[in-house]
Amino acid sequence: MDWILENAFLIPLIPAVSFLVILLFGRSVIGAERVHRVGITAVGIVWVLSMLAAVSWITRVEDSTSYKSDDAEHAQIAVNEGLSASSAGGLDGELHLAAEDDGYGDDGGGYATTEPVISEVDGWWSSSGVDFAVGTLVDGQTVLLLIVVTSISLLVHIYSSEYVKGDRRFVHYYAFLSLFTASMLFFVMAQNLVQMIVGWELVGVCSFALIGHWWEERPNTDAALKAFLTNRVGDIGLLIGVIILFGTFGTFDIDAINRAVGEMGSEVHFAMLMASIALMAAVCSKSGQFPLHTWLPDAMAGPTPVSALIHAATMVVAGVFMIGRLYPVFFEGFSIGTSSINLMAFIGGFTALIGAGLAFAQWDIKKVLAYSTVSQLGYMVMALGVGAWTAAMFHLFTHAFFKACLFLGAGSVSHAAHHTFDMREMGGLRKYMPHTYKTFVISTLALAGVFPFAGFWSKDEILLGAFAGQESAYPLMLIFGCVVALLTAAYMTRVIWYTFWGEYRGHGHPHESPKVMTVPLWILAVMAVVAGAFNLPTPVMRIFGLEGLAHLVQTYAEPTHYLNAIGLSHPPPSFWLAVVGLVMALAGIAITFMYFWRNTGPHGLTERNRYAKAGYTFLEQKYYLDHLYTDIVVGSIKAPIARAANWVNDNVIDKVVNTAGEGARDSGRWVYRWIDQGTIDNTVNALGSGADSGGQGLRVMQTGKVQNYGSLLFGTAAVVAIVFVIVL
Amino acid sequence: MLLNQFLLLGALLFAVGVYGVLARRNGVMVLMSIELMLNAVNLNLVAFGLQHDVVSGQVFALFIIAVAAAEVGVGLAIVLLLYRNRKSIAVDEFDLMKG
Repeated sequence: MDWILENAFLIPLIPAVSFLVILLFGRSVIGAERVHRVGITAVGIVWVLSMLAAVSWITRVEDSTSYKSDDAEHAQIAVNEGLSASSAGGLDGELHLAAEDDGYGDDGGGYATTEPVISEVDGWWSSSGVDFAVGTLVDGQTVLLLIVVTSISLLVHIYSSEYVKGDRRFVHYYAFLSLFTASMLFFVMAQNLVQMIVGWELVGVCSFALIGHWWEERPNTDAALKAFLTNRVGDIGLLIGVIILFGTFGTFDIDAINRAVGEMGSEVHFAMLMASIALMAAVCSKSGQFPLHTWLPDAMAGPTPVSALIHAATMVVAGVFMIGRLYPVFFEGFSIGTSSINLMAFIGGFTALIGAGLAFAQWDIKKVLAYSTVSQLGYMVMALGVGAWTAAMFHLFTHAFFKACLFLGAGSVSHAAHHTFDMREMGGLRKYMPHTYKTFVISTLALAGVFPFAGFWSKDEILLGAFAGQESAYPLMLIFGCVVALLTAAYMTRVIWYTFWGEYRGHGHPHESPKVMTVPLWILAVMAVVAGAFNLPTPVMRIFGLEGLAHLVQTYAEPTHYLNAIGLSHPPPSFWLAVVGLVMALAGIAITFMYFWRNTGPHGLTERNRYAKAGYTFLEQKYYLDHLYTDIVVGSIKAPIARAANWVNDNVIDKVVNTAGEGARDSGRWVYRWIDQGTIDNTVNALGSGADSGGQGLRVMQTGKVQNYGSLLFGTAAVVAIVFVIVL
Repeated sequence: MLLNQFLLLGALLFAVGVYGVLARRNGVMVLMSIELMLNAVNLNLVAFGLQHDVVSGQVFALFIIAVAAAEVGVGLAIVLLLYRNRKSIAVDEFDLMKG
């Protein structure tokens, strides 16, 4: 049964092969209109494999936990053995049992640890004595992400076959969709940090390529470049963080690093703090956290299914996933267990707040959803910051479904309303597109956190995490969370009003999308309703007599093998907190309802009141962050660099070139004057004139008279004879 | 031994021949002076052959007489042709090769 867990490399391999097949044979062999079948088939196979992996993993967890509950005495022995064997640990399938109990162990999951399945091949490459292995690390978190990524990817593949139909780069679109799926799956099962970086960058490249899918228009390429460059800023943090971790532990192995932090604890606190801050920069860029979130709304320039898959459900949660993967590092670095505020929680909470605020000032439906994504990602980061690991992953899981549904719904609306995303040109669409309307409303209720939709349960767990914390509560985060819950409900209700109610303000006749688009919407809408059931608290399940099915995410997804080591506790559920969260959401909906439907409240306030106007402009200009980056930060760096470059150009490079030119000219002249004219020509002339004058001299002897020649001959002979006679 | 007398006679004849070649204007006289020089050499060869009691000196002399006959034949033919063309055999008038 563990076959798929040990051979998990197949899961990213299949879409990777699909990418190559589509790219190389898509247009020629398969035919441009049929490439989507290849992509859908590949992702379908991967979805089945992921489900198999989930079943295998659940069986594996069951095997290790039933061991404890079946035989308590054996478990006690196993604790001792486990503790003594832990130094020699790492054997596949070895069972550790933590001895501690925090008094909340009635969920049946127990505190047994389940070892992750690690398959690795040594000798990927080596550099200065360090060997890099390559392999897969499959644990509950990986399996959770496998389900999310493959499910959303499959539905987006199907949806796109209609949405992008007839596009001139249909083949490339599907090729990159496959490559993205492969990269994301590779990323979530990376066994070491180097592999993780590779996956991280690959998804970034796919994001870049797909945002700029319609690159003929300048804003799209600008958005793609902005996304890529903003991510580069965070990637520096990722590299620095990974280098610090390697310098501290001497390994890139994720599992080994997590175990080492658990064992060493405060010994490595400072290094972990530095690593956490560096890695936080990476999270800020990839997961759209303040202050590097500005690329995410612009990324909506890409095709809408891409926004749903990459910029809402999967790629942008890579940062959240990375925090969860290296949680002991952050837990130690930011002292999450003992503090009542820390950098991660604050960034998350603040991002949630400003993202929700910005969503009010947007007219583009996709940008509202993008800021909503920023805000919800802030929620997840905040949850991790307050020590609520499970809540963050659970929210990641539920958010993926309802946010993908909202994005695909927005795509459906745009498909119907002549490719506009401007809500001022929509309105009244509920009459024309009932399926889109219903699914959109369901997802909105889920996002707003209304009972009993999925978002209610996951948001409630995050508020609970902030309320209880680990050793001390996080009151500021609780306030942020409640305010964001209210704002979220309000701005989503505003979207529904502008899009689906009132009179149609666009042109032409809107129509419902075909089934190939509405069926994925309905599947996602159903998930938006029931996804909350995957981690219901025990008291709720007790009502139905299904206590064994409570806290499924907590039981099966948590990487207990190292979360237990750092002593992560789970707060008991609080009924009143859930009520507060629900009241916040309903209040948000109610206020917006009164404002739009009943037409009460301060309409036109922004025109009448100077301060309200200023506040609205401030939101509309996105807190002037883009201006800060492009005009002040980039401008202040760019202008001196440009001036310096110009100075260097004028004074150094030009001078060098001119000097070289003048030198060449002068030496050419010198050579002409002294070598060519002076030496060579003179030599030749001298030879010529010498021969001439020699000839003129000798010419005298050439009389033409034989007797003169004879005289010379005999005279010479006589002289020679005399010389011979005298000398010899 | 009479070698010295022969050599002195040969030298005298040769000197007379050289003078004739260089000084006479008449082409025929030049040819005759050449004959004198050749015969001076013949005299020397025969004298040295006698002195060393070898016959090759006389053989050489015979060769030279034969070659001289041929040479005179060619030389007189040239002089004859010169006369036909230029109505003169004065060798100092022929300076076409003057540089």
